[in-house]
Amino acid sequence: MNIHEYQGKSLLKKYGVAIQEGVVADNPEQAVEAAKEVNRLTGSEWFVVKAQIHAGGRGKGIVTETGSHGVVLAKGLDKVHDIAKGILGGHLVTKQTKAEGKLVNKVLIAQDVYYPGEVQPEEFYMSVLMNRETGRNIIMYSPEGGMDIEAVAEKTPELIFKEEIDPKIGLQGFQARRIAFNLGLSGEAFKQMVKFVFALYAAYEGTDAAMFEINPVLKTSDNKIIAVDSKVSIDESALFRHKDIAEMRDISEEDPVEVEAKKAGLNYVNLDGNVGCMVNGAGLAMATMDIIKLSGGEPANFLDVGGTADAERVEKAFRMILKDDKVEAILVNIFGGIVRCDRVAQGVVDAYKNIGDINVPIIVRLQGTNAEEAKKLIDDSGLKVHSAVLLKEAADKVKEVLA
Amino acid sequence: MSVLVNKNSKIIVQGFTGTEGTFHASQMIEYGTNVVGGVTPGKGGQNHLDKPVFNTVEDAVKVTGADVSIIFVPPAFAADAIIEAADAGIKVIVCITEGIPVKDMIPVKEYLKSANARLIGPNCPGIITPDGAKVGIMPGFIFKSGKIGIVSKSGTLTYEAADQVVKAGLGISTAIGIGGDPIIGTTTQEAIELFMNDPETEGIVMIGEIGGNLEANAAKWIKANGNKPVVGFIAGETAPAGRTMGHAGAIVGGEEDTAKAKKKIMRDCGITVVDSPADIGQTMAELMKVNA
Repeated sequence: MNIHEYQGKSLLKKYGVAIQEGVVADNPEQAVEAAKEVNRLTGSEWFVVKAQIHAGGRGKGIVTETGSHGVVLAKGLDKVHDIAKGILGGHLVTKQTKAEGKLVNKVLIAQDVYYPGEVQPEEFYMSVLMNRETGRNIIMYSPEGGMDIEAVAEKTPELIFKEEIDPKIGLQGFQARRIAFNLGLSGEAFKQMVKFVFALYAAYEGTDAAMFEINPVLKTSDNKIIAVDSKVSIDESALFRHKDIAEMRDISEEDPVEVEAKKAGLNYVNLDGNVGCMVNGAGLAMATMDIIKLSGGEPANFLDVGGTADAERVEKAFRMILKDDKVEAILVNIFGGIVRCDRVAQGVVDAYKNIGDINVPIIVRLQGTNAEEAKKLIDDSGLKVHSAVLLKEAADKVKEVLA
Repeated sequence: MSVLVNKNSKIIVQGFTGTEGTFHASQMIEYGTNVVGGVTPGKGGQNHLDKPVFNTVEDAVKVTGADVSIIFVPPAFAADAIIEAADAGIKVIVCITEGIPVKDMIPVKEYLKSANARLIGPNCPGIITPDGAKVGIMPGFIFKSGKIGIVSKSGTLTYEAADQVVKAGLGISTAIGIGGDPIIGTTTQEAIELFMNDPETEGIVMIGEIGGNLEANAAKWIKANGNKPVVGFIAGETAPAGRTMGHAGAIVGGEEDTAKAKKKIMRDCGITVVDSPADIGQTMAELMKVNA
């Protein structure tokens, strides 16, 4: 589960990570009040207005309606209202969003941390995540902060460092010091960085996070080390023990059809193609999408109806797929094990009758327990449903109906 | 004639008296699997499905001599159940549970490095050696005995592959579902090693999906050490980047996570890769003829 920058920063702060302070706002008037509050807290007279959406590249991104960028510096309290107005309620398009962009419901009014001082500010990159190769957590960091880390990895891989954490002993002092040294720090900034690393790792562990990415980590002109941005993803399987974090879910950031699917116990991902599919099991669902492509179509969705595909679920799944008007055909692919195919077939027949006006061809492939009975049930139903038993037959039928 | 489990395996069920445990344990017993008892803390001394229930895995091992355990414990307690089994001397631990927090699995993985136990899963369909033992939730009747080993991250896709292999006139030595989580006990490569060293397995079907580098590692190992024909398939060529596709581990993060990249490495390492999941069985049969 992804959360917003301001939410991630609140978690960081709870674990003692120094952050760029800010206050969140829903409208331009609130934004001005937020700026006053930030001024009281930090003394900052300039403010950064930051669109809160679940996507990166906000600074370079453009709000469709106004032409504003997604992150804008307000050089004075009097500028905050209009800048916030230019971002809030608009659709921000970044290289990580779809072409229509994402609606901005909130802005974070943050202190300006790039103030002039005794030393030049410096930006670093730091993230904590699990390394699947070793099954251990790693801290990944780079002196090349503030830019796209994938580009850094490609052009200058030698500037990306990794520190692996041994689960038996946890993060060690020498590791935090090595990170600070590798980032070229000394004196007060060095001490601050060691503290930062420990607090960041504690936040990652304490919140059951899948990832904490801080880009940039800033060394300010007075040698403080602070998190200027936060991109946080939490392990969904662990949300049962973090009720406070579970409440941070912003469903307006998610595809409404996917949210509805989740409520119905279906695992659904919306895609752009023309052939819908309904499958039991994630692996077989992906394989079915691949079959659709090989048959000349494009998958319109990923949909795993799970291990207990009863008539009710089948109907819900049909209704979900049919909401997408790009869908020209539907492939149902169920491998019955404990689930009996004839029951699923009955579910298909019932759903068809209940929904009434299904105008796209449906190919039903049922294999496994009672597959032959299921095929007979479909064939005898008189519905415009093509039935298949072998996966190959199903693929050929998809080809046929698309031709 | 098989790997990991056979008709002589003595199997206990952790989470024996729960709904899932009860249902699947009875299916396993019906299949002919040698289930010798189960564990549910607090219910020791009772009988369930005509088998003894124990409070701890340790008690169960002492009394029954169990060497294999299958876990149906809820996600919040499953990591503990795995370690309990290993601590009690269980050799093969099959964890079916889906949704165990990653943070809980990190110390499990570490602990198992020095324990004399092999974990299969979590979030997997289990293991089946046809006519010997079904230690999992798969429909047993699809799997006919034979000489093809199957290793897969997915449940129903394993059934699909097994069905095709059987319909192509072959049979299965053992099928191992290794699971689709980011941290799993037995990797694709380790499963392949077991099959390469099993004298009764003559061909291998290896099924993977997007995310991680298990298939690439296995492919490199096969290139260096393989001595049996391998048919490979990677699900998710059409999956978009950055989205989790059902299995927690099935997500394209970088270039090497994609189905295309994995298939290329597998082909370069001498594996016969099929683009269509409908071609798995037939391709295996053709390879076996060539190698006969």
